[in-house]
Amino acid sequence: MTTVEAAPAAPAKGERASQILQHHGALMVLAATVLIGAIAFDSFATPQNAANIAVSSSFIAIIAIGMTFVIISGGIDLSVGSSFVLAGVLAAYGSRYGVLVALLLPLAVCGAIGLLQGLIISRTGMAPFIVTLAGLLGMRGLMLAVSGEGASTYLVEDDAFASLGQASFLGLTMPVYITLGLFVLAAVLLQRTGFGQSVYAIGGSEEAAALMGVPVARVKTLVYLISGLLAGLAGALNAARLSSGVTILGAGLELDVIAAVVIGGTLLTGGAGGLTGTMAGVLLLGVIQSLINQVGTLTSSFQQVVSGAFLALVVVVQRLLHRAQHLS
Amino acid sequence: MDSGSAFVLEARGISKGFPGVLALDGVSFALAAGEVHALVGENGAGKSTLIKVLTGVHQPDRGELRLHGGQVSFGTPLEAQRAGISTIYQEVNLVPQMSVAHNLLLGREPRGRLGVIDVGRMYADAGRVMSRYGIKADVRRPLRSLGMGAQQMVALARAVSVDARVVIMDEPTSALEPREVDTLFGVITRLRAEGIAVVYVSHRLEELYRICDRVTVLRDGRVAHTGPLDELERVKLIALMLGRDTTDVRLRGQTEFSGDHTAKNGQPVVEARALSRRHQLHEVSIRVRPGEVVGLGGLLGAGRSETAKAIAGALPFDGGAVVVAGHAVRKGSPAAAIRAGASLLPEDRKAEGIVPTMSVRDNIALAAMPQLTRAGIVSEARLDRVVTALMKRLRIKATSPHQLVSELSGGNQQKVLLARSLATGAKVLLLDEPTRGIDVGAKAEVQALIDELAAEGLGVLLISSDLEELVEGSDRVVVLRDGVVVGELAGDQVTEEAIMSAIAEGSAADG
Amino acid sequence: MAETAATLPQPLGSRTRALAWLQRYGVYASVLALLLFNVAFTPHFLEVANFRTQLIQVAPIVIVALGMALVIGTEGIDLSVGSVMALSSAMVVLYLGYGAPVAIVAALVAGAAVGAGGGALVAYAGVQPIVATLALLVGIRGLANVLVPQLTEFRNSTLITLGSRSVAGLPLVVIIAAVLTAVVAFLVKRTIFGRQLVAVGGNRAAAKLSGLPVRRILVTVYVLSGLLAAVAGVLATSRLQASDPTSLGLLMELSAITAVVVGGTPLTGGRVRVLGTVMGALLIQLLQATLIKHNLPQSWTQMVQAVIILAAVYAARGRKK
Repeated sequence: MTTVEAAPAAPAKGERASQILQHHGALMVLAATVLIGAIAFDSFATPQNAANIAVSSSFIAIIAIGMTFVIISGGIDLSVGSSFVLAGVLAAYGSRYGVLVALLLPLAVCGAIGLLQGLIISRTGMAPFIVTLAGLLGMRGLMLAVSGEGASTYLVEDDAFASLGQASFLGLTMPVYITLGLFVLAAVLLQRTGFGQSVYAIGGSEEAAALMGVPVARVKTLVYLISGLLAGLAGALNAARLSSGVTILGAGLELDVIAAVVIGGTLLTGGAGGLTGTMAGVLLLGVIQSLINQVGTLTSSFQQVVSGAFLALVVVVQRLLHRAQHLS
Repeated sequence: MDSGSAFVLEARGISKGFPGVLALDGVSFALAAGEVHALVGENGAGKSTLIKVLTGVHQPDRGELRLHGGQVSFGTPLEAQRAGISTIYQEVNLVPQMSVAHNLLLGREPRGRLGVIDVGRMYADAGRVMSRYGIKADVRRPLRSLGMGAQQMVALARAVSVDARVVIMDEPTSALEPREVDTLFGVITRLRAEGIAVVYVSHRLEELYRICDRVTVLRDGRVAHTGPLDELERVKLIALMLGRDTTDVRLRGQTEFSGDHTAKNGQPVVEARALSRRHQLHEVSIRVRPGEVVGLGGLLGAGRSETAKAIAGALPFDGGAVVVAGHAVRKGSPAAAIRAGASLLPEDRKAEGIVPTMSVRDNIALAAMPQLTRAGIVSEARLDRVVTALMKRLRIKATSPHQLVSELSGGNQQKVLLARSLATGAKVLLLDEPTRGIDVGAKAEVQALIDELAAEGLGVLLISSDLEELVEGSDRVVVLRDGVVVGELAGDQVTEEAIMSAIAEGSAADG
Repeated sequence: MAETAATLPQPLGSRTRALAWLQRYGVYASVLALLLFNVAFTPHFLEVANFRTQLIQVAPIVIVALGMALVIGTEGIDLSVGSVMALSSAMVVLYLGYGAPVAIVAALVAGAAVGAGGGALVAYAGVQPIVATLALLVGIRGLANVLVPQLTEFRNSTLITLGSRSVAGLPLVVIIAAVLTAVVAFLVKRTIFGRQLVAVGGNRAAAKLSGLPVRRILVTVYVLSGLLAAVAGVLATSRLQASDPTSLGLLMELSAITAVVVGGTPLTGGRVRVLGTVMGALLIQLLQATLIKHNLPQSWTQMVQAVIILAAVYAARGRKK
């Protein structure tokens, strides 16, 4: 039988280089930024500062894990910010009934809404952008309703629950460890299970995935469920940390999360990316914030400018890499 | 070959309709184990619908399916797959970003400890599958890094390795080189020996006669004939497909082309000079004179569409030049090409042709807008005049010019695109598969129109994967292979055999 | 793959027709229903003062939504409009020392420049609109805050006129909104730009092959969006007689997108319904006003808005495949 020689060998080098850059670019930039920061500022490269960055990033990290699944599947979830705030209020409210309720109430509600969004998206074919936009609005309304139009701030009344957000071990608080644990679990789920492969397949080509026997509707529903659950978990932990469920509408949290995921190398078009990149992206944004604080004279507004510029730069580079890979 | 009383797969009296059309009307079809069964028919005959019914994409309105004698019904492609019916399509329906190995084993990845995917074993298994089918490639690399032919082979390997009893192949060779076709046929022979049944859908008659045992001919949703292939003359087969008389086919040919154009001599209306584009075109030169129809022949991937697009300014090129009506045209600018008088009818009218949200009128006027505008404001009266005239001339069937173009039939949509090109005052038309995917009646109209336009002095560059159409419609044929011109045929030389050997000879030349 | 046999132009099924009608006219029907409801059950609804207030409040949303509709028509999205409002507000305050006209021009130029930046990212770098304008949303809001860190008040007679004066009983801001609506409607329906914009959104590849200057059209559309957002920002600042970049225009993009989508302009591009967009903005405004006047909590507005968006988009499904 004749053997068929596949692939032209020539593009291999350039293709591998740009692939490496895409998958690990965020890590490399993170390393470079940390290095620069350590050289430039004395108080930057300290364990204390590292711990601060880790702690403040952990909540976005948890949400970003869920968002990574959604974006790899080719979708987007704009409702995570509202989910986060709603979960905080529910957790604080539920804490008067014990730690179990404090945790389960937000998880149940945010998970259910995530599931609902997933069902609508997978069954009706409506754009994830608009369905989760509706989710964003709806959950904000729900949060207002539950907290007396934003007037009442529930205090966390269960110490066991509060310790989930505040207990510290080796200088790092519980949320950091929870994030690490979730990261490992999620990485295994994404890279080493049939479900994870299905997520990549759907993001790469939904029609092909369907023809290859992937249960597209079920997988799509599940990723939004995961996203909702994780956003709910992050919100609950945040309430535990602050000892209260704040109703300040942190507008734009979902956008920070999306920015972190995109900076981490996950393509918005779907089918590519990973959790390592997302973690790198989250940390990178945290490091940048810390660096700006180091300078002292610059305000957090300046950090916003840098974040925005950085995001723009990253996506342009991604597009250039994409074009280099495709030669067309 | 065991054809016994029990067939592996049977369709009995299948009917399937869509709004406005009955795609299948009482179709019965039987497939025996170890048999390679050809399924043929013109575009619109119902082939793809039948395939979709057999593979669970559609459910029949009437009739039943039987697998190994027992009645079955498939709600989804997954169910059909699980039942042992595997399919490979003309477009490679795999995930381009994922690795070859991941694509091969999606849904069946080998598990290691704790039930998680064992990546090492996956790559090893994938490597074994690939070498079993004689495909050399790094299974770790993304699928899209492979050439189209190799990708198709991966799709084949996947389809076959899922313990299928029936493998359906829908136009599997359209992207393959002759060497790869040999490999494919080798695989099919092995499948046959293993008792697996193959349904082979293709319009490439030479291939059918080479590999298939029996044939079923569909026409207008019904079975026109079914029986052993070696008992059927080629001409008779074509006649059955077209619904014409055998002698008729022999005399008049199979298309509406009259075959006699009188090319006006003189300056070519378009000249492509030594067009080069990395990996796709190499020094391609073509000339079309006014009133002449030049056909572009070659396999998929030969560079035909790329040549047409390069001339139309839709594809930037690295070397060479395009001259339209004596004027050099700036490369990479469709607007410049249109201004100079060259207009392209794209191959994929859905993806690159019609704007579905706009009316017929606005679609027709789209490329000619700058000529229909004064000071930025559209001159509706002039637009209406142009559109009405074109709709009448091309006999475009629509309730009104304001009807949404997406509601028109494929044939009428194609005519709208043709009207769009004509509205720009084009001197040369670049037609890429102008009669693909439209019903027989519209096809005839379009072919006759091309004749008329050539007679009026327009130059035409014709790309068609329908060899008969190419042969009968063209005055000259330029044959491409891997982006290089390997032959030019004129007058009596323009025959299907000559084109096929020009393609084949090209491969022998560069060993 | 080959089509099945001949398909004739056919009348659509009744369900499809009902959905199509709903998509196109649903918003008009809803606004009418809400108006009637209020006339019947809301005290003081039919008073001139009330109409004035409603119109003044809805004017900025209408203006921003007009720009958003154009962008969405090209199958894009502009998340930066709220931040552009903040930036234009900051520019007004910064340049007020040179006189109101200069300040206004500076604000408009800033808005157009941001739009050009976003448009360039989308058209030339091929970045997806959602990410490109997301970067702008974050970065430009930050820039506005850096320029004007806290709430700054001012007194300027021209701006006071702009913000509060009326002509023939109609507030100036409302007149401006109406004029802009007419201009954009004309642009879309009667100019080559409008026709080409819609083609770019309907089928970009086809537009390119037909010789349309796709990149130029895309940049222009984002510039227009930025410009209109800047206008809204200037008007809002004039009304408030103060600039507060931290909060001005926050979440405005959500309102604008809602107005556009509810008004019948599909997110998938290819069609722009200018009047529908205005109706969409009116619907949101009326909804909010109705709930407030009947003492229903804010939370209801959000949840009802969510349902309306879903319903509007659901009805629009399947139009462009």
